Amino acid sequence: MARLILSGTLQKLAGGDAELEIDARDVKQLLRMLSERYPALAPHLESDAYAIAIDGEIFQDIWFAPIGPDSEVHLIPAIRGG
Amino acid sequence: MAKQHVTTTVNGDTVEFLCETEQTLLDVLRDELYLTGSKEGCASGDCGACSVMLDGRLVCSCLVLGVEAAGRKVETIEGMARGEVLHPLQQKFLEHAALQCGICTPGFLVAAKALLEKKPNPTETEVRYWLAGNLCRCTGYDKIVRAVLDAAAVMRSA
Amino acid sequence: MNDMTPPKAAQQHLKIVGTRPLRPDGVDKVTGRAKFGADIHVPNMLIGKVLRSPHAHARIKSIDVSRAQALKGVKAVITSADLCDLPSEFIPAGEMMVNFKDMTRNVMAREKALYEGHAVAAVAAVSEAVAAQALTLIEVQYEVLPHVMDVAEAMQAGAPLLHDDMFTIGVEPRPAKASNIAKRVEFGFGDLEAGFARADVIVEREFATKPVHQGYIEPHACLASVSEDGQAELWCTTQGQFIVRAFCAKLLGMDVSRLRVTASEIGGGFGGKTVVYLEPLALALSRKACRPVKMTMSRTDVFRASGPTSGAKIWVKVGATRDGRITAADALLKYQAGAFQGSPVQPGAMCAFAPYDLENVRIVGFDVVVNRPKVAAYRAPGGPIAEFAVESVIDEVALRIGMDPIEFRLKNAAKEGTRAPYGPKLGPIGLVQTLEAARAHAHYRAPLKANQGRGVASGFWFNIGGETCASINLGEDGSVGLVVGTPDIGGSRASLSMMVAEEFGIPLDQVHAIIGDTTSLGFNFLTGGSRVTFSSGMALVEAARDVIRQLRERAAKIWEVAVEEVEWVEGHARLSGKGKTLSLAELAKTAGKTGGPIIGNAAINATGAGPSLATHLVDVEVDPETGKVTILRYTAIQDAGKAVHPSYVEGQMQGGAVQGIGWALNEEYIYDDKGRMENPGFLDYRIPVCSDVPMIDTVIVEVPNPRHPYGVRGVGETPIVPPMAAIANAVSHATGVRFTDLPMSPPRVLAAIDAQRGA
Repeated sequence: MARLILSGTLQKLAGGDAELEIDARDVKQLLRMLSERYPALAPHLESDAYAIAIDGEIFQDIWFAPIGPDSEVHLIPAIRGG
Repeated sequence: MAKQHVTTTVNGDTVEFLCETEQTLLDVLRDELYLTGSKEGCASGDCGACSVMLDGRLVCSCLVLGVEAAGRKVETIEGMARGEVLHPLQQKFLEHAALQCGICTPGFLVAAKALLEKKPNPTETEVRYWLAGNLCRCTGYDKIVRAVLDAAAVMRSA
Repeated sequence: MNDMTPPKAAQQHLKIVGTRPLRPDGVDKVTGRAKFGADIHVPNMLIGKVLRSPHAHARIKSIDVSRAQALKGVKAVITSADLCDLPSEFIPAGEMMVNFKDMTRNVMAREKALYEGHAVAAVAAVSEAVAAQALTLIEVQYEVLPHVMDVAEAMQAGAPLLHDDMFTIGVEPRPAKASNIAKRVEFGFGDLEAGFARADVIVEREFATKPVHQGYIEPHACLASVSEDGQAELWCTTQGQFIVRAFCAKLLGMDVSRLRVTASEIGGGFGGKTVVYLEPLALALSRKACRPVKMTMSRTDVFRASGPTSGAKIWVKVGATRDGRITAADALLKYQAGAFQGSPVQPGAMCAFAPYDLENVRIVGFDVVVNRPKVAAYRAPGGPIAEFAVESVIDEVALRIGMDPIEFRLKNAAKEGTRAPYGPKLGPIGLVQTLEAARAHAHYRAPLKANQGRGVASGFWFNIGGETCASINLGEDGSVGLVVGTPDIGGSRASLSMMVAEEFGIPLDQVHAIIGDTTSLGFNFLTGGSRVTFSSGMALVEAARDVIRQLRERAAKIWEVAVEEVEWVEGHARLSGKGKTLSLAELAKTAGKTGGPIIGNAAINATGAGPSLATHLVDVEVDPETGKVTILRYTAIQDAGKAVHPSYVEGQMQGGAVQGIGWALNEEYIYDDKGRMENPGFLDYRIPVCSDVPMIDTVIVEVPNPRHPYGVRGVGETPIVPPMAAIANAVSHATGVRFTDLPMSPPRVLAAIDAQRGA
């Protein structure tokens, strides 16, 4: 199963859990599962666009970026730039 | 109050226009004569984007009233090239990539031309101080100064 | 997705990419022909003007527009009633999560005026003079409220409250009491306590920066025209015509497809033109008057009412061993967002320690509202502020352990595979290469005299990809037209044309680029995030390769061979081994007969953007009698991945460095005790002028980004990240005083030197 690594605020809001095994096939599913498992995360996730890093590559705003069975996944706030 | 009727010369052509007393030369050039090459960046004479020549003198057109142009000679960026032949400054700005967004470029070109007419062989310091009245936010001025010095060299050898 | 490997040519020899041709849109810009936002006049147009709050914080009790409406020549007057009130929810608009409740209120105040300059009403009239007079006839009843300007003060309990529905997000449990703290964010990993315990040297400092404006020379300007049936056209200076369309459609309650937005040439943006100010107002006025309405912002309004970037308070603590390894790094960032939430504290927090390979790191950030204009993005938003603090502390740590600042950075430099402080592992990056280039540069060895000092700083920016559409059309004569949806703010039409010409193997002057309006292409995210050469480039390469595939197929049909036997070489289809060729022009001429017009389209959400890292060197001289800091020498070294047009890459490096110089030495918003800006003009808001700076030397390092066909990394934003720290470090070395407050303007520097002398 893919590993979702949480740190910082997300980790705190997930009750301190740092690493989750997550059986999500893509980003959209992952975010939904996270909000269900940790309701405290839900408003935070919805007020920020989150980019997802899958094995180091950042996908911004892509629901169906595929998450592989051995992927290391991070959620990071979307960057816009100026 | 009724508008003022003004007759003047712009880039060698005689022109007439109507304007309010309070309209600046910049307003008139842009909104009555549709010569939008001179730009408004501040309307207070601080940025130089509106630079034009008035009777051979470099001025901020936002600090000159439209009515003050009556009977005088105005030269703007639109008059700098000769037909399809660019002025050496214009050519060198392109070659040196001395513009990015280009909004300040007309002002710089008019100001640089005025400098080189007065001083055909300026030092880098003289170029920088002469152009200190023209603000650029994109380039950091490096390539602008190089372009002016290069154009000066070309013009001296012509 | 199509094959994005570099073209065969890249493995041998690139003919166009990497050279320095003249930019295709250049002649229009040096002759004054290019049309910027305010350079438009249409028949029957009205002039729009905005009435703005003179108070930093006030309840709006009533607005009476009747006398303004009655003035001869006034054709429309609007207030917030003419825009949609939208609920507080974060909705994707393009790729941004936008709180439209905030946006509609920023564009025009509703219950309260939240900063001096906040728009409260607007008029459209037959002339500038009538519009100005009409504004004086609008009567607004204000109940002035106490205001708060400072981020630390705004965070205190009992501070004047801007929004009574603001409950800090990111804190568990969610506070029951409203405050000015919109959000708390935290990043990091490891064990800080253990890390600091292992350190031989710990440096801890507090820093403060002031808000600074992007300083684009072209003020906001637009022209809106709404017809009687609700179809609308908008011409505006913007970094993103599709974003403007999304925002305006929402604010005016109109279908996105009924609004056609055309981006003019843009006279500078730097992030400040990624939002809307005048545009929804012009549309609302035009809708009411049924005539075109032109609006431009004065320079004073640009300063008072358009987003600067945050001012901030930053605390940084770094511990290291005597042999130069950082063992722990901790930072607290408090950024002010202006009147509505949304400071760049998050990217600032993410990027603060990103140049370093760390085991134990924590960054906490707060997004705080104050009675100032809502901040907008400014080149690497959040990054320069955080890195000013971090790179200053790094410098001090290096000094304390007696190590050269470049060596210290090399010992701790992030590389491919390093875990970034925000979580994922980094791909290939060029930080080490920029540090090595700095160490080897003649600048680093040049001797210094009395009162002179040298500073080094590194910088990081993520760069983004994003939604991008592009299309390529083949003219019947074989010339190639390309359409992109990303406005050109720095010369990107040149680099984009160059990549297309390289793909086809044709001369650059056969390629013509335009920026399309919102009807000509699918959605494009805005120009920003250093994404255009990367994303529009990637889309164009994909479109070009599709066109080339079609051209080979047409040639195969003409020659009656299999398409596999047809190669594409230097603008020609070539039958392998037979010496037969067909030029682009010949194939284009017969396109109608061989299958129809030939076009290529690409619609992507570009991924794989690689961070750009930089190291800057600066020498300064500090006049001990006046406190004036003179920049003697500046060298900017940056990883561009691949410099498609080196002159424009250099231009980004130089421009960003000089903005950083201004931020470090002179620029700041100065307010009186009533919360009114005292320096809203270029005279007293002093950006660097030509005589303030020397030549900015540049070194381009190329560590290709493997995810782009030409190895491109964005370069536009990183250059503004190191300068403030580099200069602060240089000034510290010149004077022996550590400067932690920006700007380091002469009175402040003098006071600090004098204090040290007196001490």
